[in-house]
Amino acid sequence: MRPAWSVILFTTLAGAGQGLFLALFAADLFARAPPDFAAAGAAVALGLLAAGLAASFFHLGHPERAWRSAAMWRTSWLSREVIVLPAFMAAVAVYGLTHALSYDRNISLLIGAAATVLCFALFVCTGMIYACLPFLQEWRTPLTVVNFIAFGCASGFTAAAALAAVRYPALAPRYALAALVLGGAAYLTRLASLARNARLRPKSTLATAIGIKHPKIVQIAQGAMGGSFNTREFFHGRPREVVRAARWAFLALVFPLPALLLAFAQNSFAALFAAFALQYAGLLAERWYFFAEAKHPQNLYYQAIA
Amino acid sequence: MTQLALVIDLNVCVGCHACVTSCKQWNTSGEAGYLSDDNPYGADPTGTFFNRVQTFEVGEFPKTETVHFPKSCLHCEDPPCVPVCPTGASYKRAEDGIVLVDYDKCIGCNYCAWACPYGAREIDEHQKVMKKCTLCVDRIYDQALPEAERKPACVMACPTSARLFGDVHDPESEVSRAIRDRGGYALMPEWGTQPANHYLPRRKAVAEIHPDELTRHDNPLKVDGQLPRPAPGEPALDDVTSW
Repeated sequence: MRPAWSVILFTTLAGAGQGLFLALFAADLFARAPPDFAAAGAAVALGLLAAGLAASFFHLGHPERAWRSAAMWRTSWLSREVIVLPAFMAAVAVYGLTHALSYDRNISLLIGAAATVLCFALFVCTGMIYACLPFLQEWRTPLTVVNFIAFGCASGFTAAAALAAVRYPALAPRYALAALVLGGAAYLTRLASLARNARLRPKSTLATAIGIKHPKIVQIAQGAMGGSFNTREFFHGRPREVVRAARWAFLALVFPLPALLLAFAQNSFAALFAAFALQYAGLLAERWYFFAEAKHPQNLYYQAIA
Repeated sequence: MTQLALVIDLNVCVGCHACVTSCKQWNTSGEAGYLSDDNPYGADPTGTFFNRVQTFEVGEFPKTETVHFPKSCLHCEDPPCVPVCPTGASYKRAEDGIVLVDYDKCIGCNYCAWACPYGAREIDEHQKVMKKCTLCVDRIYDQALPEAERKPACVMACPTSARLFGDVHDPESEVSRAIRDRGGYALMPEWGTQPANHYLPRRKAVAEIHPDELTRHDNPLKVDGQLPRPAPGEPALDDVTSW
């Protein structure tokens, strides 16, 4: 598949925003962070989510019709995501407001609990958009959803650690520790999905694609002299070396390098922010690779131009 | 319930692309608007088509054969592209099973194209909506056309009658009989999409000749040769034939 930058930005930014909210709410539940920290964190989380939402609009041919996409929530995970995302953003905004206006703690906890449910619902919707397509075998696994959740949480907790280093330093080491654990878990599940995908055997072959039982079939012409939507949308078009480099880059950036910073510089904003930036860059590469790795069966029909 | 579909006979398709051009002409001229084309006569032409004829070579030289393979939307009975559409722009008609896109509702998110294993959907790069074969829905019900012409443009155009059109749920229709009697099959059955369109396989007319068939045992010349020649002086009609 061709990696779509709008979607890469959306999934990574929204994931970080969701993880950041979970980090704030966790502190709220256990450590009782000061209200202004929770309010500031909620504002940052909202900013990340809004940036992701804005990026996602660039994926649409007709963004002005985006409101229509709430219609088919009974069948479409994309539609469900379109409903859950604004609901979650509203819940985060209200959660931040209750802290900013110093409401009763029980009210903000209740709203935070509702937002947590919406947060995980959003993770599941985002992951299932990819995991529900049966013939994209690289995506068709619960690991897809697990990875979206784990990396979202990891990057969100790293962001929370950086934020805490500025606003409430007492929390920064705890967030850094949590980010280490979550990042390690995300790394393991991603390695698991890489190992799984490396052993995949495509169910579709040219023989099933055109229905001719022969082991040796070669395409001569695809019915167009130039490219088409099918050759642009479903091929990443990069040499194998670039894909491999992206994999090594994300494997280094998404956990090992930020982990060093998270482990040894738990009170420095600069180091924690660098950890978040490195991890976010790694997540961009990870999502890019996620798309590039997926081999769509329609590609069988588009192997030669003549 | 009706399920309209095409049945494409790979045995007679000659790869002339008449169905492609006819489809493009009809569907770029309809009330749904044009089908985009960029650089049609330039170095890197590209555009939106509902139908493509592809060519495959099966086997290894010198034992190869060329297969021309027309590909368009298969109007699956269980279309994976329909449930994923967030707006309901992509839908399957209950009355005749045609899978259609409502261009006024489509937001151009490409998700349905991702969900089609056959690559049957192509986005219109200028109108930014997803497009696909409509089985010429604006033609097959047109009462102004003579009944014989109420067929998809590709079917009308095919010079070898490689394309049949009809209701695959009616067991006595031409297409159902063709699928039944001539081994019609579906593409990529492994995904359970149950395509309504079927393909008829290539058939070989092989004449098997055994060596003993090359010599005729009842060759009259040989029979003649075994007859005793008439003795000279015996009466004969032409000096050769005996009585």
